[in-house]
Amino acid sequence: MTRFTAGARVRARAADPDGHTRLPGYARGHIGEVNEVRATWQLPDEAVRGVSRAEPVYAVRFPAAELWGSGSHSVIIDMWESYLEEAP
Amino acid sequence: MSGEHGELPVAARVRRLEERLIAAGLATDAELDGILERVFTSASPVNGAQMVARAWTDPAYRDRLLADGNAAAAELGFGPGTQGYLLKAVENTPTVHNMIVCTLCSCYPTALLGPSPSWYKSFAYRSRAVREPRAVLAEFGLELPDSTEIRVWDANSETRYLVLPLQAEGTDEMGEDELASLVTRNGLIGTASR
Repeated sequence: MTRFTAGARVRARAADPDGHTRLPGYARGHIGEVNEVRATWQLPDEAVRGVSRAEPVYAVRFPAAELWGSGSHSVIIDMWESYLEEAP
Repeated sequence: MSGEHGELPVAARVRRLEERLIAAGLATDAELDGILERVFTSASPVNGAQMVARAWTDPAYRDRLLADGNAAAAELGFGPGTQGYLLKAVENTPTVHNMIVCTLCSCYPTALLGPSPSWYKSFAYRSRAVREPRAVLAEFGLELPDSTEIRVWDANSETRYLVLPLQAEGTDEMGEDELASLVTRNGLIGTASR
């Protein structure tokens, strides 16, 4: 079982980590909706230090208005589970 | 970034890295040359176009492509070039247009789209595609009606995207090869209609 399922509202973590990450800066702190579970992949933030930690990865859809304050398109970003927290 | 690679500092860095890998016994010159040769002789947008043409002519293949891109690529002989990532085809419809970008670097399925164009790697495209895709598409000559929903797919993870463009009207009688010739690399990225 994964922590999140399709349709879940999630927030990308706002913290700016010291090291490598694949969480794009423009998504930090923003709320999106889980489209689907992609797979389970090694977390790059740890893999770069030689640490093996596999996590579910989710395709999360963010409305442009949420990311930028305007716009009608949406952006779909892959998120490792630890990049996400539950959104109200 | 492409074009004048030999003169760029990055080219010197790559050469030094290659030398270190070879000196450390991690790879041989022949292995590295072999990888590059495979990329430049087999990676081509003709491959992606072939998958699109098959999807247009064979609804069952279209369904398989949307369900499992890697398996659909392997069916047409592109399995070896599409290993190591999850291939996801995203389908354009009369009301939805998809485009792909890699905001963190320049990832895309090279085996199916060919070496990426320099603009795909540019900061301008990578930053603007997620922010104002409609304006970017207009600059590519693709004017979409306001009613068309635009979905931008950021290849920030191990997923690689291929856009399945909408088949042009009046091409139902065409064979697969002719249909494939209508599909461009930009169509597979989503910066052209096909």
